[in-house]
Amino acid sequence: MKERLQKIREEAISRIKASKNPEALNDVRVSILGKKGELTALLKSMKEIAPEDRPAFGQLVNDTRAEIEHVMEDAKKQMERMLLEMKLKTEVIDVTLPAKKNGVGHRHPNTIALEEVERIFIGMGYEVIEGPEVEYDLYNFEKLNIPANHPAKDEQDTFYINKEIVLRTQTSPVQARIMEKGKLPIRMISPGRVFRSDEVDATHSPSFHQIEGLVIDKNITFADLKGTLEEFAKELFGEDTKTKFRPHHFPFTEPSAEVDVSCFKCGGKGCRFCKGSGWIEILGCGMVHPHVLEMCGIDPEAYTGFAFGVGLERIALLKYEIDDMRLLYENDIRFLRQF
Amino acid sequence: MNASLSWIKAYVPDLDVSAQEFTDAMTLSGSKVEGFTKLDADLEQIIIGRIEKIERHPDADKLIVCQVNVGKDENIQIVTGAPNVKEGDKIPVVVDGGRVAGGHDGKMTPGGIKIKKGKLRGIESNGMMCSIEELGSSRDMYPEAPELGIYIFPEDAKIGADAIEALGLRDVVFEFEITSNRVDCYSILGLAREAAATFRKEYKAPAVDVRGSGDDVNNYIKVEVKDSKLCPRYCARVVKNIKLAPSPEWMQRRLASVGIRPINNVVDITNYVMEEYGQPMHAYDLDTIADHRIVVRRAEKDEKFVTLDGQERTMDESVLMICDGEKAVGMAGIMGGENSMITDEVHTMLFEAACFDGTNIRLSSKKVGLRTEASGKFEKGLDPNNAKEAINRACQLIEELGVGEVVDGMVDVYEDEREPVRVLFEPARINALLGTELSAEQMLSYFEPLGLQYDEKSGELTVPTFRQDLLCTADIAEEVARFYGYDNIPTTLPRGEATTGKLPFYLRVEAVARDIAEFSGFSQGMHYSFESPKVFDRLMLPADAPERQAVVISNPLGEDFSIMRTVSLNGMLTSLATNYNRRNKNVRLYELGNIYLPKTLPLQELPDERMQFTLGMYGDGDFFTMKGVVEEFLDKIGMHKKETYDPKSGKPFLHPGRQADIIYDDVKIGYMGEVHPTVAASYGIGERAYVAVLDMPSIVEKATFERKYEGIARFPAVTRDISMVVSKNILVGQIEEIIALRGGKILESCELFDVYEGEQIQEGYKSVAYSIVFRAKDKTLEETEITEVMNKILNGLQSLGAELRQ
Repeated sequence: MKERLQKIREEAISRIKASKNPEALNDVRVSILGKKGELTALLKSMKEIAPEDRPAFGQLVNDTRAEIEHVMEDAKKQMERMLLEMKLKTEVIDVTLPAKKNGVGHRHPNTIALEEVERIFIGMGYEVIEGPEVEYDLYNFEKLNIPANHPAKDEQDTFYINKEIVLRTQTSPVQARIMEKGKLPIRMISPGRVFRSDEVDATHSPSFHQIEGLVIDKNITFADLKGTLEEFAKELFGEDTKTKFRPHHFPFTEPSAEVDVSCFKCGGKGCRFCKGSGWIEILGCGMVHPHVLEMCGIDPEAYTGFAFGVGLERIALLKYEIDDMRLLYENDIRFLRQF
Repeated sequence: MNASLSWIKAYVPDLDVSAQEFTDAMTLSGSKVEGFTKLDADLEQIIIGRIEKIERHPDADKLIVCQVNVGKDENIQIVTGAPNVKEGDKIPVVVDGGRVAGGHDGKMTPGGIKIKKGKLRGIESNGMMCSIEELGSSRDMYPEAPELGIYIFPEDAKIGADAIEALGLRDVVFEFEITSNRVDCYSILGLAREAAATFRKEYKAPAVDVRGSGDDVNNYIKVEVKDSKLCPRYCARVVKNIKLAPSPEWMQRRLASVGIRPINNVVDITNYVMEEYGQPMHAYDLDTIADHRIVVRRAEKDEKFVTLDGQERTMDESVLMICDGEKAVGMAGIMGGENSMITDEVHTMLFEAACFDGTNIRLSSKKVGLRTEASGKFEKGLDPNNAKEAINRACQLIEELGVGEVVDGMVDVYEDEREPVRVLFEPARINALLGTELSAEQMLSYFEPLGLQYDEKSGELTVPTFRQDLLCTADIAEEVARFYGYDNIPTTLPRGEATTGKLPFYLRVEAVARDIAEFSGFSQGMHYSFESPKVFDRLMLPADAPERQAVVISNPLGEDFSIMRTVSLNGMLTSLATNYNRRNKNVRLYELGNIYLPKTLPLQELPDERMQFTLGMYGDGDFFTMKGVVEEFLDKIGMHKKETYDPKSGKPFLHPGRQADIIYDDVKIGYMGEVHPTVAASYGIGERAYVAVLDMPSIVEKATFERKYEGIARFPAVTRDISMVVSKNILVGQIEEIIALRGGKILESCELFDVYEGEQIQEGYKSVAYSIVFRAKDKTLEETEITEVMNKILNGLQSLGAELRQ
């Protein structure tokens, strides 16, 4: 019996070693270790052995089974490793083949610029508030210290619906609307579409966008206005950006200023972009005029504030070097895809 | 407003700055310099020479050979074709290596033209004699220059001297952008005052002194102002024994430097004073003034009047006229009349310096369609106190230039004298507004050069009447800021109560719309808010369509921009067409923009502005691609209920069989469909195009960013597939509605996996197959429960006439 066991063991091991694939290995397992396998058969023939030898022999058979199983397991692992290696070798791809894209769409440059500006001011604690595009003359002009027959009304080339209603020429009427609500302090920006009767050309459009800013609180100073806009310019155009405040006139602010930033293309050395001056005008601002505060129900003795207005297209055109404003409303996909 | 440096320096004699320094400093103190022109920028090495000898060119009939003395040891030989020169003439000569500004035809060459010696038809020419055009100017500005040929200097010109200097071209002209509040700066004196304050130099106003010639102006003219509101002041003086002649060179040069063409001494003096003082004046031939009487009154309705440009114009009652005893002789502040203008025969002249109501002049000038240099000044609202000084200055020049004899006295109708404004000087408030810590003394030091006087007793500042912009402390603060320097004001950030930065909810929903559209391949477009009323026809909207009720702009840029859009599609279709035309393939665009729906017409209150999320596409994809975008968007903003689609949306601009209203929670939130082929063709889109329009206000009401975790299913799902044949008219939406209704709580999902029409299916019918998934949250479903629900569903489907297939 022992010889038979020895023979089974040797045969099993040599067959395992000779197995070329998992199927062959399985055949070995079935024919040796399976229910009808040789080893099982050997166990069944135990009754031929003297009863006192049976435990020792049984132990021997089980050891042999364990040994065969162990060899078989090793062989299987080895085989799997080889197979995997082969599979990986055959599956090499050319990683430089083109990507399969979803074809994601693109955001309008105006919106990209707007989101930049919104991000900056929201970070500084400003709330975004919009106002109507078709607006009362009262808010667009009168409450902003631009009474009837004021020359500024002509300068702004207003589209009129009727005597009382206009297409707003600026986002500033939102200032008046928010101040009137009387909830103080105010820190808001108000982006939106505005209209002026300019014929369409490379630098003009009868419809464009502004972003208004307004802060009303106790002890707000012109220095605060400067600090805020300096911070804004640095965020928008880069840490090295310098700002220059020049006196200007707006009916609804006093003192008023126009703000130039150092040219972000040449860093202020002067280039075709800034027409050699090193500076680019980007916005108008000032301290809210006491009359405006008064007209909107805020006590100018107790509160002061500042306001500013930025042309969105101006920023988009400058930042992205777009040379013709008409492109913004043509919506040619080859233009939009560049943003 | 243009001003030359030399003219400004006439009143700020100590000013010594370069053009760039002047530009920078003036801009920072509030008088923005837009740019400057150096008149001699392209002129180099041009000197005064005298032609000593002229000989004919041996080989050319039209050329002459000149020997020119330029003050050197040797004469220069110059060959020229100019017809006007003779021996002894003093002329500008550009020598070898110099530059001129342009050709003699008046065309300027940027950077100038370099002149080199050379040979003309074999004869050496070592320089060039210049015409006024070659020197960068024109006969308009130098009327004494010959029409064709070389400029000739007067006898007393110094040989060898700088010709550029002699012609007054060593000067810089600045172009100022003056803000509308600074009327006083539309004058050389106003700018000189600003320059003096900016550079802290002394300002020297012209010393005005009229000698007079006796007699009394009241013997010559009476003035009656009938509307003192429209004409707060009227000053008149009389000049007799007038001798018209060209004005002197210095005056011509100054006028030319700011672009005013010299005419004769009288016209030049009025123009000169207008530039200098900002006060327009008018000169009448007194002999044409009936009764020697001036009446300032409003015009009569439809009154006709011929202005001095020979045009007949029609007035109305709002236009102010200057009249004599019989007739109108001028449109106040705009233009004088042909009937009273100065001619070469003038003997006695009436000078007028008046102040008119700015608004009235502006409106009249608009009404009549005539805008002049004078009306442009008046409409800004001039200081009446300036008129007297200006007319005296003009009379002084009359005397200095020997134009005539100024009659003693002035008629001055000035009922309501304008008093200076007094503003309390509040240094603490000024510092508080600016965020500075300046002393009162420092502030006061800025005011003095501006003409503001401080009265220590009352603590008030007296503002000169020409500074109409200084009315309150904020205005005074700006003066302090300007001269302290905006640059020197510190930079701080607002302190005080903290506020929360945020986007309102509806803007967050719009942001998701942009994200989803872009993830789905749509790029963002933008369109105008106004469009043509023809759009309605293009969209095939019937005559009574509510969309045709639009807000109309009363002064549009033309019909194409005349109504506020009530439908967002026109812009989208136009952009798709633009792309199609340019052969762009597979175009997907979206827009977030308002439509404007009037509540009443004509408009009495503001229209309803409704944000529309409009998607449009052609190329890859179809109706259902678009539908997918819509549903994914709604899902992303928390609208998880099932949308329904009503094919009877009745949009005439969409394909009648491929359109639907989008309904959510019983509310119509938008519509979508394939663009009607006729409409697509009329826009020029040569492919099937699909659009969807979502009404954002309706959507925002239903949207939410609240989320709730419902657990991941722990019990197994059971799937049942069913297949049925139904009439073609039955919508799968109806089938799904039944499955949803009857599936009850354990219905997890139902997915359409096949729709088929054609072979093996009877004509007019279609085969539809669904995979229905059931699951309970709390247990494994029993077979009997599923069978029960399935039976309910099948019964329901049979009511639709569905025949189940096994």
